Amino acid sequence: MAGILVFIEQRNGNLRKASLEALSEAARLGRSAGGPVCAVLVGHGAAAKAAELGRYGAGKVFVADEERLALYSAEGYAAAVRSAVEKCAPSALFMAATALGRDLSGRLAARLGWGCLADVVKVTWEDGAVVATRPVYSSKALATVDGAGKPVVVTLRPNVFPASTGEGTAEVETLPATGGSLRAVVKEILAKEGGELDVAEADVIVSGGRGIKGPENFALIRELASVLGAAVGASRAVVDAGWIDHAHQVGQTGKVVSPSLYIACGISGAIQHLAGMSSSKVIVAINKDPEAPIFKVADYGIVGDLFQVVPPFVEEVKKLKSES
Amino acid sequence: MKTCVLMAYVPDTASVIKIGGTGNRIGEADIKWIVSPYDEYALEEAIRLKEARSGSVTVITYGPERAQQGLRECLARGADAAVHVRGGEGTFGDALAIARVLAAAIRKVGPFDIVFAGVKGVGSDNSLVGAMVAELLDLPHVASVVKLDVGEGKLEAHREIEGGAEVVGAPLPCVVTAQKGLNEPRYPSLKGIMASKKVAIQGLTPADLGLDEAALAGPDATCRWRALALPPAKAGGTILKGEEDPAAAARELARLLREQAKAI
Repeated sequence: MAGILVFIEQRNGNLRKASLEALSEAARLGRSAGGPVCAVLVGHGAAAKAAELGRYGAGKVFVADEERLALYSAEGYAAAVRSAVEKCAPSALFMAATALGRDLSGRLAARLGWGCLADVVKVTWEDGAVVATRPVYSSKALATVDGAGKPVVVTLRPNVFPASTGEGTAEVETLPATGGSLRAVVKEILAKEGGELDVAEADVIVSGGRGIKGPENFALIRELASVLGAAVGASRAVVDAGWIDHAHQVGQTGKVVSPSLYIACGISGAIQHLAGMSSSKVIVAINKDPEAPIFKVADYGIVGDLFQVVPPFVEEVKKLKSES
Repeated sequence: MKTCVLMAYVPDTASVIKIGGTGNRIGEADIKWIVSPYDEYALEEAIRLKEARSGSVTVITYGPERAQQGLRECLARGADAAVHVRGGEGTFGDALAIARVLAAAIRKVGPFDIVFAGVKGVGSDNSLVGAMVAELLDLPHVASVVKLDVGEGKLEAHREIEGGAEVVGAPLPCVVTAQKGLNEPRYPSLKGIMASKKVAIQGLTPADLGLDEAALAGPDATCRWRALALPPAKAGGTILKGEEDPAAAARELARLLREQAKAI
């Protein structure tokens, strides 16, 4: 094994959890296959965090710390990561399948002439190469994929691999300044109204569907979400009806999520919706139709009127939370 | 303004997926094929640009014979020209191989001010081809766009990220991939359907583009699907009756989630 390089994403100087998950998984593979694991950290002012990546299993961390890389630029980040690839010649480049990782991976793979195994949920090392499992057809099937015997970029789905820490400090090496002009440039970042938690990042999601009857009743969904520290999700039907923004949509033409807990309220479970959430660890359905397809994938459920079930459920969860 | 739209013809999102005979592809027997939903947003944006400032829209696809139907549908919605690169059986799922073919097609029939694509083709769900085509053509790209303003020689786009959006500026020519929320695609008009039948689709092969498809699918392949499986079926869940005493069911659900599932 010629080693794994892991791209570490940061936002405002904070390392992204999903990147630490990817690094931890690379370290596990490195230990079992006996190969070195390096990391590459790109940004401005994030260098201070480099050495601590040793705790997640990086032996060496390459750092590109430049003012022009403070905000994401596919071209600039690709140039920085490429110079780290040239230094350590890995057989795989890992990164988190976040909005940034999914964008950067394509640009970088094409630049390197490598394939990309996108959004994987399982990675193994066989005969010196990565073999991965990835959900396809929006999780209606699972494909076992490889890089056809060549080095590959691998993006790992957030929230699937555990981030594990140990002891260790990484050696830090500064990369030469990136050259070339940056054409597509981020001018500013617009935060969503109220800084709401995004379904793609949430560990718990409470979703509402047509059964909530009107946009005003998202207040009930939001109340339960707030008690659980959850993000608010939605079915396609209510997004198309304009009850809530598309960023909340879970399913085939929305986000594919795998939180620890997914609570579907008034969602019947169209195949496109199930495709987006059926890999959640625990699924709860509240729906008045006992025949609703959502119950087929639910671990727990209540057949009943959500307007009568959710309020006492909120109270009970509050009580349980206050006891702990 | 000359633009093109990269289109993938994919299984309908409502399709039930079965595993095909080779064990690494889906069974295509009962599949209904559609223009990938994200490509519809890409096409709509290209048509709106043409309507606002004249020019033309060329739709390009790389795929088997049936993809012609998808091209006809795009023409009916308002595209002016269509290019069909025939093939794609051996390179299925290999985003870089597909991007190499599409980039070569753009070099042949372009140049374009904006290359549009959907943020992903539903199916292989790679979400890679747009950025790869940009890199191969040495163009900037903005992916997952939910809002687009095109100015003189430049554009400004909102790119969806976790918890918000990035406002990205880029010079033209540029590759843009469309996310849901960018626009509301139109349906084909009867007039459009009639007119589309008169348009000749330009047929090409990878060889016409100077590419060896057998090599792309063989020694030059960068990603292989070894096997395809259906996800494991889920065991029956604990479903409570909440019609008569919803409050009791709610309390019991909270208890189960706390004590059994340890989820709250």
